[in-house]
This record gives sequence, C-alpha cells and structure tokens, in this order.
Amino acid sequence: MSEKFKEFPGTPLSSRDIKSGKVLTFKWRPNAKYAWTVGIAYGRFLEELKNGRIIGRKCRECSRVLVPPRMFCEQCFRPTDEWVFVKNTGRINTFSLSYLDADARRIKTPIPVAVIDLDGASPGIGILHKLGNVDPKRIHIGMRVRAVWKPAKQREGSITDIKYWEPI
Amino acid sequence: MTVAIVGVGYTDVRSTTPDVSFKESMFEAAVKAYEDAGVNPRKDIGSFITAAEDYYEGYSIFDEFVPDQLGAVLRPVCTVGGDGLLGLITGAMQIETGVFDVVAVEAHSKASDILTLENIMTFAFDPVYNRAFDAHPFFVAGLEMRRFMHETKTSREQCAEVVVKNRRNAIDNPAAVYPAKITVDDVLNSEVIAEPLTRSDVSQMADGTYVIVLASEKKAKKLSDKPIWMKGLGWCSDTPWLESREWGSTVYTHLAKERAYKMAGITNPRKQIDFAEVDDWFSYKELQHIAALGLCEKRKAGKLLQKGSFNRDGQTPVNVSGGRFGVGNLLEASALQSVLECVLQLRSEAGKRQIKDATTAVAQSWRGVPTGTGCVAVLSNEL
Amino acid sequence: MVKKRVAVIGAGITLFRRRLQETGKELSHYAVEMALDSAEMTRDDIESVVMGTAPDAFDGIHMKAENLLDGAGGARKPYTRVFVGGGTGVFAPIGGWWHVASGLFDTCLVVAEEKMSPCYPHPQTAFRTIWDPIITRPLEPNLVWIFALEMQRYMQIHNIPKEHIAAIAVKNKGNALDHPSAQLAAKITVQDVLDSEVMVWPVQRLDISPPSDGAAAMILASEDVARKYTDDPVWLDGVGWSLDSAYWTNRDLYFPEYVATAARMAYKMAKIHNPRKEISLAEPYDPFDYKEAHHTEGLLLADKGGAPKLTVEGQTFRDGDQPICPSGGLLGVGNPIAAAGLMKCCECFWQLRNEAGKRQVPKAETAVAQAWGDLMQIGTVTVFRR
Repeated sequence: MSEKFKEFPGTPLSSRDIKSGKVLTFKWRPNAKYAWTVGIAYGRFLEELKNGRIIGRKCRECSRVLVPPRMFCEQCFRPTDEWVFVKNTGRINTFSLSYLDADARRIKTPIPVAVIDLDGASPGIGILHKLGNVDPKRIHIGMRVRAVWKPAKQREGSITDIKYWEPI
Repeated sequence: MTVAIVGVGYTDVRSTTPDVSFKESMFEAAVKAYEDAGVNPRKDIGSFITAAEDYYEGYSIFDEFVPDQLGAVLRPVCTVGGDGLLGLITGAMQIETGVFDVVAVEAHSKASDILTLENIMTFAFDPVYNRAFDAHPFFVAGLEMRRFMHETKTSREQCAEVVVKNRRNAIDNPAAVYPAKITVDDVLNSEVIAEPLTRSDVSQMADGTYVIVLASEKKAKKLSDKPIWMKGLGWCSDTPWLESREWGSTVYTHLAKERAYKMAGITNPRKQIDFAEVDDWFSYKELQHIAALGLCEKRKAGKLLQKGSFNRDGQTPVNVSGGRFGVGNLLEASALQSVLECVLQLRSEAGKRQIKDATTAVAQSWRGVPTGTGCVAVLSNEL
Repeated sequence: MVKKRVAVIGAGITLFRRRLQETGKELSHYAVEMALDSAEMTRDDIESVVMGTAPDAFDGIHMKAENLLDGAGGARKPYTRVFVGGGTGVFAPIGGWWHVASGLFDTCLVVAEEKMSPCYPHPQTAFRTIWDPIITRPLEPNLVWIFALEMQRYMQIHNIPKEHIAAIAVKNKGNALDHPSAQLAAKITVQDVLDSEVMVWPVQRLDISPPSDGAAAMILASEDVARKYTDDPVWLDGVGWSLDSAYWTNRDLYFPEYVATAARMAYKMAKIHNPRKEISLAEPYDPFDYKEAHHTEGLLLADKGGAPKLTVEGQTFRDGDQPICPSGGLLGVGNPIAAAGLMKCCECFWQLRNEAGKRQVPKAETAVAQAWGDLMQIGTVTVFRR
C-alpha cells in the first residue's frame, strides 16, 4: 500500500473555513416527525408508571420476569404469559457520570446514570435511568436504590414519571 | 439458483394500527411464517434479514430493534437499505453460498406513525441540487409521467385505468385496505398534485408486516409440499441524478429484468410468464413497469391495459392482488406483498381471485421517488 | 462448505479527517478509484456493488445510499446497502462475500463511506435518535453513556485498572503515526490519557475516537477471476455476524457474547481451531480503548478480562506475539464509522500482501477484522488469509 499509493485523497477543512464562508454550505433542517405507537406492552408499562408502579411480563417457559415488558419472549420465541408488578427498588448493575449533554456540549454538574437491576424481576433484568440525591463519590456497583416518583398529578405516563433513583 | 419460498406470514393490512407496535406486528407475522414453513427460529433458521430505512421508522440504526420479535437474538441478522424484494434476493444469495439452509426475510410499513411523510421523501433528494424547490416531492413523478406519456403516446385515461383495475381487483382480496369500484372520470377529476399527476394517481399509505421463509433445495423439499422456487433474480439502481435520467423508460427494471430472465431461462416473457405483480406507487408506473418487463411492446402498455389484457382474465394478469392502489402502499414492504400474492397464486391458495393453471410469475419492485432502484424476481411452482 | 472461495484483490482509502471538503459521493469515488487502480481494473470489470454506510442522520439524506451510489460506482449495476450500525464497515465485505460466494457474481466492489461533519450542532446529535423513543429518549441520553456503563461494568467485574486500558490508546495513537490517512496519530503517554478531560466517567477525552469524514473501498473476486488480475490474492475465508437483544439493560455488558458468536461462526468457516495460535494479527473495533480489549476477548484471542494486560506487557505491539490494531485503529486513524470498519479490513489485506510499509507486521499469514455496533449488540467478523 505505502509503495503503491503516493497520495491519499481528501481536502481537510477547519470549522473556521465553514464559518468564514471560505467554503459554501447548504443548510437544511429535516422535518421528520413521528407519533410512535406504543403498542400493548409499552402501553401498559407507561400506564402503570402513571400509577406509580413498575410492571413487567413473565414467560412461563423460561420463568423470566422481563422489564421493560414485551408480549413475546425473545429466548423461547413464544408469547409471554402474564403481567407481574416488580418493586420500586433495585441494585446498581453499572453506573456513570456524564459531563456531556445529549448534543455533546459540556455541562458543569455531571448527570449520574445507571442500569438498575429491579427487585422482583429476574436476575440481570434492569432499566436505564438517572440517579439523584446521592454523592457521586459514593455510587458503586451493587448499591441499593429506590425510585423517586413525581407527584401523582404531574405524572403523564412516561419513563420520566420516575424523577430519579436514590440510595436506600 | 435453487432456493425456494417455504413459508409466508403476514398481518392484516390496515390504514392505521394504533393498537400494536411494529414489534408486536413483526412477532405476529413471524409466528405465522414460521408455522407455515414448519420451522423453529431458535433452532432451524440460519440468518435473518430486514429491509428497512431509518427515516421511515423514526429511528437511527433501526437494525437495533429487530432481533427479539423475530426469534433472532444472537443469530446472524442484518438490515438491507432496500425494499422487501432486495431482502429476499439477499436471503437467496446467502443460501446459495452453501452456509445457510433456511433464511427469514422481513419487511413492514408503519406509515401511520409518520407525521411528515412528504418532508421525509424530500429529505431523500440531493441536498445541494434538488431540495431547494420547496415543492411536493411528487413533482418528480409529474415530470416522469409527462415524459413517459409523451414518448409512448399514452393518454391520461389509460393511466387512470390502472387505478380503476387495481382497486377493482382488490375487492376480492380480503387483505386489501382500498378496494373500490371507481371510474376513469373519478381519477381524472381528483385534485391535481403535480400536473399531470392527480391525487387519485397516487396510491394511499397503509400499515402491514410480512415475513417470508426461504430454504435451500434440499431443505425446501423436506419442509414443504408446495415450495415456490426463485428461478431468476435481478436488481439494479439507475443514476441518482434526476437531471440525467431516461424519464420515459425505467432503466432499472430493464436491467434487472435482463438478469432475472436470463437466470430463469425466460426468452419470451409474454408466453412464459403467467401473471405479474408490479410496482404501482403511481398509476403510470405500472404501465412503465409492464413495458419494461417485456409483457407488451414498449408503447402499447396503456392501450392494452385499456383493452383488458392485464385484467385478471386477460392475457397476462397484472396486480391481481390489487397492488399498492388496492391493498395499500406499504413503503418497502409492498414488494413482499407482491411476492406474497405470487406465492398464494402459485400454491393455488388465492381464493376468489385465483388464476387458473399458473406456473410462472414475476414480481417487480421500485423504491419510490427520487430513486431509480428496483428488483425483479421470477417465481415458479416448478423446479 | 462455501460454494465459491472469495478473494480480495484491491483496496483504497481516503484521508480520515474531522471535516473534509469532499462530499460523500466524492469520497466514495476517490476510494473506489484507488481500489480499482490498485487491482488494475476499471468499473466495467465490476459486476456488483455493496455500500456500507451508517445512519442517514449524519449525511442528512434519507436513503443516503441511493444518493451515494454513483460516487460508489453503482450506477446501473446491482447495488445493495447493508446496514448493521457501527458494525457496518466490516459487514460490507461480508455483503460482498455472499455476492461472490453464492456464484452469482465474479466481482463485487465494496465501498464504505461516512460523512459525519454535516450533522449540526455535533455528529453526536444524530445519536439522539438511536434510542428507543418510548423508554429511553425521554431521558435525553448521550451516546457515550452506554459505553461508560459498559466500560465500568467490564473494569469492575475483572478489577482492571484504568492505566491498563489507557495503554491501548497510547499504542493505537502511536501505531497511527505510520498510517498516511490518520487523523489523530500522536505520541502520548498513559498519564496523558488519565489527565485528559472527563467526558462520561470513566471515559476520558483520550479514551475515545473522534468523529470523522472518510471512505474506503475493497474489491472482491471469485477464485478464477482473481487469478486473472493478481498472483497475490488474499482470501476472505471466514465471515460471521451476530445480533444480540435490543433490550441491552437486560444483558450483562461485561462480555460481548455477540462478538464471540460471530467469531465462532467465522473461525468455523475458515477452519481455525486455535485462534490465538493461528491468527497473526487482529484488527478488533476500537472506538474506545476498553473496546479493543473487550473485543479481543470476544474474538477469543484473550481470556475474559485478560486483554488489557497483553498491551501492558507489549504483546499486542506490531513486533509482539499478538499484534493488535497495527493500523492505529479508530483511536489513531479516525472513526468515519462504516469507513473505519472497512479500513480495518483493508489493513488486513495490506498486511497479508506485505504492502503495509512501516506498519508491516512480520510473518502475517492470517488476519481477523471485527466491528461492533447498534446498542452494544452486533458483532461482525472477517477472517483473511494469504
């Protein structure tokens, strides 16, 4: 390769080249809007969040309790069988502290996030959420946490009806 | 090529499906297809393919969300950015390598989830050259329709007959959303979208999911008493430049057809092909595609259609299912709707709309504006 | 078992940079021209084309492969876009492989392109839409979150110190000094990595590969046709891919089972029984330094939790027993997503042809390239032989 190729094509630019108009750009903001159907499984899940409860689905064949719920078991490839409430509490499976927002801009106070294995669901069945009311230095894998809910009137059937999870 | 379709599964096609998520629809279609084929996805299926595009789903990397409901977790799974027929062709190639015996292919439409479909179509246009017109994306269809009519001396009425025929055909298809008995005047008198294209020249959107199971020759003979063989495959993309297209004809269908027919040993399509399911996103597209498939002389598609040659009882029935006009426009999944119809007909399971003694069919697809991309498959119930 | 043996007979690559003036079409075209020239072929010799390119949201074009196809040499040819998220770059030659291995085509041009710079305010913004819209997007996650969560889990389960992981970034950025396309080649130290700004703990600035623009191309041919063009083909003897569940919070992230499943498939096809002994060099996917280690283990080239130590001990350097990412990887060469994966396959090709120049690994006989993507979910693996 190194002998055969003398030149590697490409003309590098800096962000200044674009801002100063040295190269021209065409701007376009896509208008892409959706109203995703939540379906049966997520529909009930969101409804129960509004009620301040977390619900999963159980597959009788593998005996797993799945959260978030789905109407099918991906391991056994059969319909799941029943609704099962799981607890408001759990254990941190893994965690992180984010110094970036969703557009990769830096933020001063990091957001603590975690995968939380839920009590009442099968081992290793967790959900992604934020942590709160906690000293970042104290967060560790295995830490016990509980959900802190928004007041009932403010809940709207969203994963954000849980404000965050705090240490027990 | 000795790959067969051994199982088909599909949901009802509906204009909107607010009750189920795309995952739940996929699960339903998959369960039915695997039952039809007599396979267990966790044990018997070697590879899974989904035909999908991110912006039709509202996800980036839609591939992420497909394995669970197909029984495909920790198996070879991939997405092709194409229509369902390209997915099927991909599956056939994977089987032909000798590595897989059974492959499942999925495509679906959840068009009712998309609030800004026209804007998303415009988002497919070349950003620098073609986006700034601020026109409805179907202006491209208007340009193409005008040039096609000019070159082939096809009339507006002849284009309208496509809509009349396909919606009439759909009356006998229980899966269809838009069956109707309408007249040419009904089509001509509907509001103009992009001269000469009217609202009624455009098929209407619907939701639906399809799963098709393919198998190698050896496996197909074990699994099915009525395997439908994929005899010839072709696919092709014309230039993306609107400015240098041959608007009058569909180059992609011509080139795809040549490959597919050669593979299948089709030298006289009018005699050898018993019926066809072709893309009819817009009325005139069906006429273009019929001609490109060699089912009639180049300029005669409109005239012959008017005479009834492509009716269910005509010389070469086209879109007996009802096509996009009658069944509903299922975006990338309409191609599998076409394949499904071929399979049902060739298995003699098409009920009231059954074509007698059909042995060989052609399914053809197109991806919609602004693309010049499509596929052709020759299917037969004889090996 | 495979109907037709598949050869690699040419490859090409552009510069990888944060921003390139060329459009995606133009970058694809340049990479294709290089690949064709290197094989002494023209576009007329190409029977089919496979495009690998990651989310449309980067380039800002719906169905972007349709728009790119003329640049990729696909006009009026059978042309297919394959897409498995970040795994796409190594998956594109797998797509090419089934075109040729099936006996349907004698040649297939494989192209991978990524133009991330058009996405504003940051390519990261495109990643906002990779999440489940119902249960994950409302939390406004950032892509790096999930890697940080995975890295944390991996380090804790195996008790791996951050220093050991940082050594991988040092190695790859150093290796990239010899790669003419490289965007972030540098001579740095472990301390530099540990002192770099925290992005999403434990991920720091120097643990991570950059967003980039770039393209790469590769030409595949059937055995008989390959012999017409070259006396020195490289064989694509094994391919594997595997996609795990979308419900990633229901999986233990410490081990990439999807990579192991894909690797087993590829090794079986290539008749590799003892990968650690039989593979001369590996190009596992390294968008983050811990990922190289994680994937080295997934490729069964190290014990679980044992990969970082291999680098600390120097075994993964070009002159070590088990060279890993001799190209410089994504950490050093850059990460135009799909193009970066194909860059790894190109590296295997050049290494096995003894054409890697300053990067040449001694006695390269068998090489493996791997990529990964979706929601920490897919493994794509290719095995090359000389």
